Amino acid sequence: MFNEPHPDEVRIITKRFGLPNSASIDTYLAHEGYVAFMKAAEMTPEAIIEELKVSSLRGRGGAGFPTGLKWSFIPRDNPKPKYVVVNADESEPGTCKDRLLIENDPHQLIEGCLIAARTIGCKLGYIYIRGEYRYLIDIMDKALAEAYAHGYLGKNIKGTGIDFDLYTHSGAGAYECGEESALLESLEGKRGVPRIRPPFPAVSGLYASPTVLNNVETFCSVPAILRMGGQAYADLGTPKNGGTRMLCVSGHVNRPGVYEIPLGFSMQKMIYDVCGGIRGGKKLKAVIPGGSSSPVLKADECDFPMDYDNYARMKTMAGSGGMMVMDEDTDIVKVALRTMRFYAHESCGWCIPCREGTTWLRKILTRMDEGTGRRADIDLIHELAKNMLGRTFCPLGDAAAMPTIGFVEKFREEFEARLRETVVPVTSPDQLIAIG
Amino acid sequence: MTFTPETEQKLQAIWSRYPAGRKRSAVIPMLMYAQDETGQVTQEMIAEVAKRCEVTPLQVEEVVGYYSMLNKQKMGKHHVQVCTNIACLLMGGEELWHHTTKRLGIGHKQVTADGLISLEEVECAGACSWAPCVVDGYEYHHHMTIEKLDQLLDSIENKVQ
Ligand SMILES: Cc1cc2nc3c(=O)[nH]c(=O)nc-3n(C[C@H](O)[C@H](O)[C@H](O)COP(=O)(O)O)c2cc1C
Ligand code: FES
Repeated sequence: MFNEPHPDEVRIITKRFGLPNSASIDTYLAHEGYVAFMKAAEMTPEAIIEELKVSSLRGRGGAGFPTGLKWSFIPRDNPKPKYVVVNADESEPGTCKDRLLIENDPHQLIEGCLIAARTIGCKLGYIYIRGEYRYLIDIMDKALAEAYAHGYLGKNIKGTGIDFDLYTHSGAGAYECGEESALLESLEGKRGVPRIRPPFPAVSGLYASPTVLNNVETFCSVPAILRMGGQAYADLGTPKNGGTRMLCVSGHVNRPGVYEIPLGFSMQKMIYDVCGGIRGGKKLKAVIPGGSSSPVLKADECDFPMDYDNYARMKTMAGSGGMMVMDEDTDIVKVALRTMRFYAHESCGWCIPCREGTTWLRKILTRMDEGTGRRADIDLIHELAKNMLGRTFCPLGDAAAMPTIGFVEKFREEFEARLRETVVPVTSPDQLIAIG
Repeated sequence: MTFTPETEQKLQAIWSRYPAGRKRSAVIPMLMYAQDETGQVTQEMIAEVAKRCEVTPLQVEEVVGYYSMLNKQKMGKHHVQVCTNIACLLMGGEELWHHTTKRLGIGHKQVTADGLISLEEVECAGACSWAPCVVDGYEYHHHMTIEKLDQLLDSIENKVQ
């Protein structure tokens, strides 16, 4: 299940996709598999981290934090055991790439984990996979068993003196468990509520021990970096935005799909060349560029080189690479409401600004959508969302507020049009309470 | 509590993955696989998992209350999940949802009278580029249409007869 490749793609981490039995260790070994790990075994941890820093690889899970820097925070002299944890929770709406990486090339992920283990001196790791992805847990378990059978996991791996065990761990349905500290709570068998930081996972992560936690795609990029060299990888992208990333395009384009493109690739080219333009010859209205947490872009803002810094310049986020394209007929109020229904459902309830903020916003957006909103509601939505920003325990609150602010600021006229459509008198006291 | 040999083997494999003294980590995956066998999380199962993972039943209970895939209520033999999140919404996910509720005569997290099918409106299932998507148990169906959904429901209903 992978769309036809496009010639503009640069296939580094997806290069084995489409090979016969691409998930098997035999295919992996025949195509440069585990070469990078053997190289890493000969390198010092400092040299590996340096290579990652040169590559300017940034986290592909959402925040875009430089990976080399993150790994360098692991205190090497800490006597506690250290852990590697893979974030395969993939639940940011719009995102469906980690799934393909595990399905088509699970050994690449194992190799990325091995290199991380080698770098920080760790003997045990877990791949936290969202519960819905049961078939991927099965694929991954099979790949892990193969890696053990071939001596790439376990004791004294390939005579390097390195020991490393790696297992899958099933989640059970909770978006919040993609947030790193909530994921660690969940991995310890608890409710997925976030932890206060600092300390960050690098210092106190799984079982209060130093932990490297990255997204699937981030780990998968590491073997290629060691094989080709940090500089060559960096050169694929733009300054400080090295390499390639997987973009998951969905919505109203002719060829939705997951494409691996170099950082800095033009959004215009992505929509009109790679994805074949808007379906039905319609006009573009807007794009949610990096998962549902990223603020929306209007059609005339959708022409820039897609790297982390340029997304930030456009006041949005590269996020998780979930790019949702909307044509001229799209009902923005409905999209805003659906987005908020998601966050209200997924708020873990731990902190008040997020729990109450998302619930109220959902209520107000519902009445907007139903045509029973008041004019003052538009500013109320804006104000409520602004008041959540930066005031919640973990970034889920921001993730709910940012896109909402974007929808209201950029498509205010659509919210206003909804008021004019229907004027429904207040008939019950409940409605007055809801209006508050 | 006893499980089928396959489930038992799975539960033991999961248990063995976590370091000594850290068996609490096994709670969630164990519940997931145990639930697959019975279609729901029971009090007996909670007590069993608590014992094996060296925690109190209450500690298991609070986990069950948090995760949306753990259900105390018995779900249908087929748990049909319709995604209506943004990417699916844009491609007709909401229409699929309404069609399904109408056809089956049940709503969110409800079960048909014969216990065959339960229904859930779910959040993004990770299939956005192949939207809209419907998941039957753990099986993904992409590029769904009302016709394809009807075929899926027909095949579920016919399989039993
Ligand atoms: C509410 C929320 C949900 C998140 N969900 C995911 C997720 O599903 N997958 C993921 O890799 N990162 C997710 N993140 C980001 C993680 O917290 C973390 O930054 C990331 O896994 C680190 O890996 P990276 O540096 O490789 O990106 C989420 C963050 C938040 C606030
Ligand atoms: S929005 Fe339905 S699968 Fe992502």
